[in-house]
Amino acid sequence: MKRFISLVFCSIFFTIGCAQDNPPQIETPTEINYSYETVVEGIDIPWGLAFIQKNDFLVTEKSGILYRVRNGEKSTITGIPAIYSRGQGGLLDVALHPDFDTNSIIYMTLSANTEGDDLGGNTALYSAKLNDLNLEDVSLLYKATPNTKKGQHWGSRIVFDKQGHVYFSIGDRGNRDENPQDLTRDGGKVYRLNLDGSIPSDNPFVGKDGAKEAVFSYGHRNPQGMTIHPKTGQVWENEHGPQGGDEINIIQSGVNYGWPVITYGINYSGTPITDKTDMPNMAQPYYYWVPSIGPSGMAFSTSDVYQDWKDDLFVGSLKFEYLERLVIKNDKVVKREKVLDKIGRVRNVIEGPDGHLYIAVEGKGILKIVPNK
Amino acid sequence: MKTFLVCYFIVLWLSITGLFADKTKEESINDGQEIYQDFCVQCHLANGTGVSGVFPPLKASDYLFENIEKSIAGVKYGLRGEIVVNDETYDGVMTAQGLDNEEIADVMNYILNNWGNRYENQITPMQVNEIPKSVLE
Repeated sequence: MKRFISLVFCSIFFTIGCAQDNPPQIETPTEINYSYETVVEGIDIPWGLAFIQKNDFLVTEKSGILYRVRNGEKSTITGIPAIYSRGQGGLLDVALHPDFDTNSIIYMTLSANTEGDDLGGNTALYSAKLNDLNLEDVSLLYKATPNTKKGQHWGSRIVFDKQGHVYFSIGDRGNRDENPQDLTRDGGKVYRLNLDGSIPSDNPFVGKDGAKEAVFSYGHRNPQGMTIHPKTGQVWENEHGPQGGDEINIIQSGVNYGWPVITYGINYSGTPITDKTDMPNMAQPYYYWVPSIGPSGMAFSTSDVYQDWKDDLFVGSLKFEYLERLVIKNDKVVKREKVLDKIGRVRNVIEGPDGHLYIAVEGKGILKIVPNK
Repeated sequence: MKTFLVCYFIVLWLSITGLFADKTKEESINDGQEIYQDFCVQCHLANGTGVSGVFPPLKASDYLFENIEKSIAGVKYGLRGEIVVNDETYDGVMTAQGLDNEEIADVMNYILNNWGNRYENQITPMQVNEIPKSVLE
């Protein structure tokens, strides 16, 4: 009888343990009608990816190299700003100005120590003019402070809306107790600037005492995926949670996304961070992953290149080494599926000008997903 | 006067050793724990087991104990390509984390003396400083 009771308790615990996984469960497709081509290889940690034309794009290598890849041949771009390389920092995202065709301006986020002290570094946003294989007019648009020797959570992704703003993300810089919830401090924020780096007068915290006026939303942990929804024009973001609790959020002006006051995750050591998953005045995630997938990069498929992927959301998984396809219906994630399972740590995903999805895979390079004929 | 001189020399000796002595192994392990939580735990995990086939274990790792110098060099310069750890092949990339020699010594001492690992000698910043990139070749 005793044994029976303990068995019952075991099965209850087991059920509770499983029930924590947030649905829908990840699926492995039974029929695979696509494969991939390697577009460029020999990049250890490809991070940012931006297309100039179909066969001409920019790739950042985290250690501090900016490549221009033309027809599969990679060349190193000179003139990039100094990088403070530590932990998860390095040369991070790269993006083209919405009017790149006429002004040749690009934006980059990277870990920097612009102060010349020995106190560490923080995330910076730069713009520069790309002249073939050289950067000119390099200018620092934003530099988070203070510097810290912490290795974690620099972010970062860059996107643009159609109203002349650039958005970029900075993680909590390993200081979750001070940074994400404090508007007077950098870190754990999504920022919005005008394209020239000035602060938009309608930013949510302009004029607020001591606030960093570039902040657009706060309470983030480490956002490494951002994209613009092709129909609504809203900024979609994903961020690493702690163990469990990675999130997808739709970024809105002035909103607090809760980290670390609310989260669906726990510490790496298994101890709780908080027992709260919701609070008034803190936004719930659009979707959260338990268990964590280690999300990085984010793109919607808008083309008819693939059979039934149109309007689906794609997110790289660093942890499980696949590209995740999320099907969204009636404003809800209804299906999750592995694409290119075991391909390697997927750091970024982007839709190219030819409508194909391109992914950046650590240790491999840039791969193009090709539908079978 | 004699007492004064004795006291003077004792204080002098203490301050010199205080300034120039490296930290004890215990202090180094302690500082290494913080570095580990910052730079290593995301992949190698809090219990040092890593993720089978993706991130090699540090706990009871044959590769680590048979290749101390290479392991230090891996942390210092980054490590890429195939390695075999406890009969399992790993083919990933670990980038250099930008740690200084003292931080590398600390985190190595932590790793080598945690989760049941034991290593008698203490890794020193001097030793880390002297390890060239060529040991990885």
